[in-house]
Amino acid sequence: MAGIAKRYGATVALGGVDLEARAGEVLALVGENGAGKSTLMKVLAGAVVPDAGEMRLDGTPYRPRGPAEARRAGVAMIYQELSLAPHLSVAENVLLGCEPRRGIFVDRGALCARARQALAQVGRAELDLELRVGALGPADAQLVEIARAVALDAKVLVLDEPTSSLGREDVARLFALVRKLRASGVAIVYISHALEEVMELADRAVVLRDGVSVASFERAELSAQKLVAAMVGREVSELYPRSDSRVGEVIARVNSLTGVRRPKNASLELRRGEVLGVAGLIGAGRTELLRAIFGLDRVVSGELKVLALEGARTPGERWRQGVGMASEDRKREGLALARPIAENLCLPRLDRVARGGWTTPNRIEDAAREWIAKLGVKCASAAQPVGQLSGGNQQKVALARLLYCDADVLLLDEPTRGVDVAAKAEIYRLIDELARGARPRAVLVVSSYLPELFGICDRIAVMARGELGLARAVEELDEEAVMFEAAGGVR
Amino acid sequence: MSVREVLRRLGPALGLVATWTLFALLAGGKFTSWSNHELMLLQTAVVGTAAVGATWIIVSGGIDLSVGATIALGTMVIASLVRDGMPAWLAALAGIATGALIGAGIGALVVGELGRVAGVALGIAVGAWLAKTSGAALGLAVGAVVAVAAALLFRRLLGRVELSPFIVTLGLWGALRGLAKGLGDNQPVYAQSPESMATMSGLSGLMSVDKGVLLPTGVWILVAVATLAAVAMRYSVFGRHVFALGSNEETARLCGLRVERTKVLVYTLAIACAGVAAVLQTSYLSMGDPTTAQGYELKVIAAAVIGGASLSGGQGSIAGTLVGALIMTVVDNGCTKLGMDNWVQELVTGAIIVAAVALDRLRARSTDA
Repeated sequence: MAGIAKRYGATVALGGVDLEARAGEVLALVGENGAGKSTLMKVLAGAVVPDAGEMRLDGTPYRPRGPAEARRAGVAMIYQELSLAPHLSVAENVLLGCEPRRGIFVDRGALCARARQALAQVGRAELDLELRVGALGPADAQLVEIARAVALDAKVLVLDEPTSSLGREDVARLFALVRKLRASGVAIVYISHALEEVMELADRAVVLRDGVSVASFERAELSAQKLVAAMVGREVSELYPRSDSRVGEVIARVNSLTGVRRPKNASLELRRGEVLGVAGLIGAGRTELLRAIFGLDRVVSGELKVLALEGARTPGERWRQGVGMASEDRKREGLALARPIAENLCLPRLDRVARGGWTTPNRIEDAAREWIAKLGVKCASAAQPVGQLSGGNQQKVALARLLYCDADVLLLDEPTRGVDVAAKAEIYRLIDELARGARPRAVLVVSSYLPELFGICDRIAVMARGELGLARAVEELDEEAVMFEAAGGVR
Repeated sequence: MSVREVLRRLGPALGLVATWTLFALLAGGKFTSWSNHELMLLQTAVVGTAAVGATWIIVSGGIDLSVGATIALGTMVIASLVRDGMPAWLAALAGIATGALIGAGIGALVVGELGRVAGVALGIAVGAWLAKTSGAALGLAVGAVVAVAAALLFRRLLGRVELSPFIVTLGLWGALRGLAKGLGDNQPVYAQSPESMATMSGLSGLMSVDKGVLLPTGVWILVAVATLAAVAMRYSVFGRHVFALGSNEETARLCGLRVERTKVLVYTLAIACAGVAAVLQTSYLSMGDPTTAQGYELKVIAAAVIGGASLSGGQGSIAGTLVGALIMTVVDNGCTKLGMDNWVQELVTGAIIVAAVALDRLRARSTDA
C-alpha cells in the first residue's frame, strides 16, 4: 500500500500511508484510537475507497471496489464487531457469499464438507455445523470468522482487535492459530491496543499516529516504551497533568450494592477532590456498577448515599442530586447525534432554562454556549447537530453536560474511548481540574487502559467477575498487580 | 442561516408552490378559484388534523397504523351519542376522549403494560355487557371493579412486555375497525329523531363551505390544533424531550427523562388529535360510518414524511406535515379538475412520497460532505 489517503469532511483519517505486509509474517499495526488503523485496513479490505494512493497484491495492482472483490482477491478481514449473520448456521456463515452451488440451489453436501474442512484448520472441527451462530460464544464466533477466511484461501488476513472479547485460554488458542497460519505463508496484519500481545506475536510493528505511519520496528528492536512513545508522540508524563490534591469529605458512599447479575456486593467511598479508578477486564461488571449507582439498572440490594441523601433510584433523581454520568458508548447511548449540541448538553436539566415547562431554542443555546467555550468544543454553532463533530469534541459535549448540570459526583465510563491523542490530553487536564481545582468534585473513572488510570487516578479499585476489590492508592500499585487481580488472581 | 439551511427548511413549501403552479397553469380558473381553495382546505382538514398528531408520534420514534380505524370508531361513537340525544359538543368531546383513550392504550402497550391494558379492556367489556343486559349503574360498578382487579392481576402475571408500536397499531388497525362495525351492527349510524337530526346538521356546519368566518370552521379547527401542537413541539420542555427520545432513547434514559411516561403522553395527545379528526369526519359525513377513513393511516404518514419527518424518529415539523398534507390535496384536486382518472392521482402521489424522501437524502448528503 502506498500513499493511501482518506478524508471525511474536514477530518483527515489517513494522510498518505505506506504499508507493506510480507507473506508468512505477522505485522502488528498499533496506534491510539482514531490514529487511522481501522480506516487503513478497511481500505485494504475494500470496505472504504481511498481518495488517493495505490495498492499492490503479489506485485499486481489491486483496487477492490467492494469487500466481495477483496475477498475474491484473497484479502480477508475480521472486524472488531463480528460480522456474522446470527440467524444462519455455522456452515452457512463460513461460506457466506461463496456457497457451492448446484444450478440455482445450494449444494448442502459440499457446503458442509468445505465448512468442516475450514473449521478443522482453525482447530474447531467438532463444532456443530447446523448450530445458529447467534448461539455461539464470542470465542467460537471468532473462530467461525477465521474459518471463513481460511475457506477462502486468504493470502492476507487482517485481525482488528481480535482479543477484545476473549478470555485468557481463548487468546492462547487464537495465538497458536495465528502462528499456524503464518507458518502456512499467510500475511497477517494484527491490530491491537494491547502492547503485550504485539510483543508476543509480531515479527514487525508499524505505528500510526493521526493518519500517518510514524515508526516501524523489527522484532529485535521492539519494546513497549518505544511503541508508546511513537504512539503518543510525546513524553507520557505531560499527558497526565496532576495538580496537588486536597482530598475532602466523603461525598458518596456505596454499601454492598448488588445488581441483577452484576455488580456483586460492591462497596466504595468517594471523596471530594479525588479521582477513583475502576480497572478490570471487559465484562467484569464495571459499567454495570456505574449504571447501578446511577439508577439505570435495577438494584437488588445495597444502599447508596450521595451528599448524605438517599434518593429514588432513577437517573432523573441522580442528576438533581448532583451526580452525572457519561456513557462509554457515545453513539448508542451517550448522545442524540442528530440533535443540536445545545440540546444534548442541557437535556437532563432543561427545567433550568425553562419557565413553567416552556423554553426557547435560544435560551437553551445561550446556556450551552458557556460550556462549549469553557471546554473548547470546536463547532460551528451551538445549534449544530452533535453527530457532525469529531469524536473528541463529542466527548467534550458529553462531559460538558455533567458540568452544566452542576454534578459534584462524576461517573465517567471510558471517557477517552475513540478520541484522538490531543483530545485525550485535554480530557485528562479537564478531569484534573474538576477534581483538584477551585471547586473539588469527586470523579469515578472506569477505563480499560491501565496507563490512563495510573496517570489520572488517586486510588484504583479492581473489579473481577462482578466483585469490586478494595481501592488502594496508585503509589502502592503497579500495572502487573492490577492485571493479576483483574484476571481473578488472589494476592 | 446559510442558503442551504433555508432551502432545507423551505423544501416542502417549494414543492407545494411548484405543484400548485403546475396545476394552476394546466387547469386554470376552475383550479385557482377561491371556492376551490376553500374546498381544498376543507379536504385537508381531516387528514391534516390526524397528521398533526401523527407527527408527534413519528418524531418520538413511533408509528401509528391504526389512525384510520380510530377515526372510523370515533365517527361511530359521536353519531351514536347524537342519535341517543346527546348535545353536539358533548358528543364531540366524547369522540376526542375516545381517541385519547385509544392513544393511552397504545402508549401503555408500547411501554410494556400489556397486563394493565388487558385488565382494563376486560373490565370495559364486562361492564358494557352488564350495562346492556342489567342496567348502566351495575355495569359501571362491576366493570370498574373487574378492570382494577384484572389489571393488577395480569400485570403481576405478565410483568412488562414491550411491544413495538408497529405491531401494536397493526393489530389495532384491524381490531378498532371491527369494533366500529360491531358498534353499529355493521351499519352506519344516522340521526333519526327530529331533535337528533337538528343536532347532526348543526355539527355538519363545521365542514360546510358556506359556513364559518372566512373559511369553514373545520379549517379553523385544524389551524388551531396545528398551531398549538407546533408551539408545544418547539417551545415546551416536553417537546424537546420528545425529540431527544426519538433521536436516541438510550440517551434520553441516561439523561433521566421519564421515557415511559413521555411515550404514553405522546400517544394519548396525538391520538386525541385523531379524535378531533373524527369529529370533523362525522360532520362531513353527517353520520357515523365504520368503513370511512380507509387508508388514512398511510396518507397521514405520507404527509409527515413529505414534510420532512424521519420514520426513525427525532426529526419532523408540524408545518412540514401540513404542507405535505396540502401537496397531496392539491394533487388529488388538481387531477380531478383536469378530469384525470383516479389511478393517475394515486400514481402521482406515490411518486411524490418517494421523490420527497429522495430529495431529503440528497440534501443531507450535500451537507455531510
